[in-house]
Amino acid sequence: MSMRRDQALRALAEHVADDIVVAIYTTAFDWIAIRESPLNYIMTGAMGLGSSHALGLALGRPDKRVLVLDGDGSLLMNLGSLVTIAEAAPRNLIHFVLQNGTYEANGAHPTPGSDRVDFAGFARAAGYRSCHVFDDLATFAARIGSVLQEPGPVFVTMKIEPGPPPKLDYQYMHSAPVREAFRAALNGSH
Amino acid sequence: MQLQTEATRPPVAGVLHGSRIIAEIKASGIEFIPCLPDIHTSEGLLRPLTREPGLRLIRVCKEDEGVGICAGLSYCNKRALLLMQYTGLLDSINAIRAVGVEYSLPICMMAGLLQKEPGVLPRDSKHFGVRIAGPVLDALGVKHHVIETDADVGQIRPAIDAAYTHHHPVVLFIGGRPVA
Repeated sequence: MSMRRDQALRALAEHVADDIVVAIYTTAFDWIAIRESPLNYIMTGAMGLGSSHALGLALGRPDKRVLVLDGDGSLLMNLGSLVTIAEAAPRNLIHFVLQNGTYEANGAHPTPGSDRVDFAGFARAAGYRSCHVFDDLATFAARIGSVLQEPGPVFVTMKIEPGPPPKLDYQYMHSAPVREAFRAALNGSH
Repeated sequence: MQLQTEATRPPVAGVLHGSRIIAEIKASGIEFIPCLPDIHTSEGLLRPLTREPGLRLIRVCKEDEGVGICAGLSYCNKRALLLMQYTGLLDSINAIRAVGVEYSLPICMMAGLLQKEPGVLPRDSKHFGVRIAGPVLDALGVKHHVIETDADVGQIRPAIDAAYTHHHPVVLFIGGRPVA
């Protein structure tokens, strides 16, 4: 089973207030269309570093909840960050991986081990405080609110399939105004 | 952009105290140290840092994680210094390019120049990796400095202050092997 990404993100968005949301690549474009906010952090550069940016934000702003919407291809490039995050143990970090088994942003070629990799198992072994797996929209929508209340680091696997293709605007993603808007919003948000 | 290449004066072989480096790091307002151990700086710098109050070490599994962590912290107005070996710096080039250079973020890095000969300019080292580290940063437009002896530690604070004031990455190479 799997959930349509846009539908699952809409269910998540109902529980997101003034949280920082670090969103990666294709998921980022779905997310910013669903929940527009200057506290969306979509400028993670490349090569799987979203979870590391999120750790920095979580440590720098322990008063704010930080959600990272990671990709499975991205996390595979930065699996060590699971151990680093578990060691640093920020209570305000919720780490999602949206697992569709492909490098979606680069032609949707399959990721290695796409049919058997257990990211929540990795996170559990690394030392995350709690780990969850969702592949059904109704269950996800019913439970995600309480999951977000758990002390972090929390890990959530969302088994997804793409919905309608989002508008991909990489020029916007990497633009200076997006970064400056985030900085201003974060420093005005206490 | 004006590039800062390594010093042209011949470095003087002499003592480099980790305690002097740590004092400058703290005076620079650094609060977080993402790090991987480097045998060049292990005993003289990293181990004393583990005992230093007021600094939070974040042990990372790979150096480019530290680039991301420093980026996130910078948005929170928190200063960080990524401590690693120059090999880890070279391994992190794409992250430095994307996050530090293209996003204009103050990613501050301190990298041990393992195997650099005392009193020899990095570009004159007989070790290929040591020789090319500075030129690689020049190609990226990343400022860098060499801390060889105690006489050079005064470069640390201005370099970090400039990175945060002007939003650019900077690398502080540790040329001499620090003693505690």
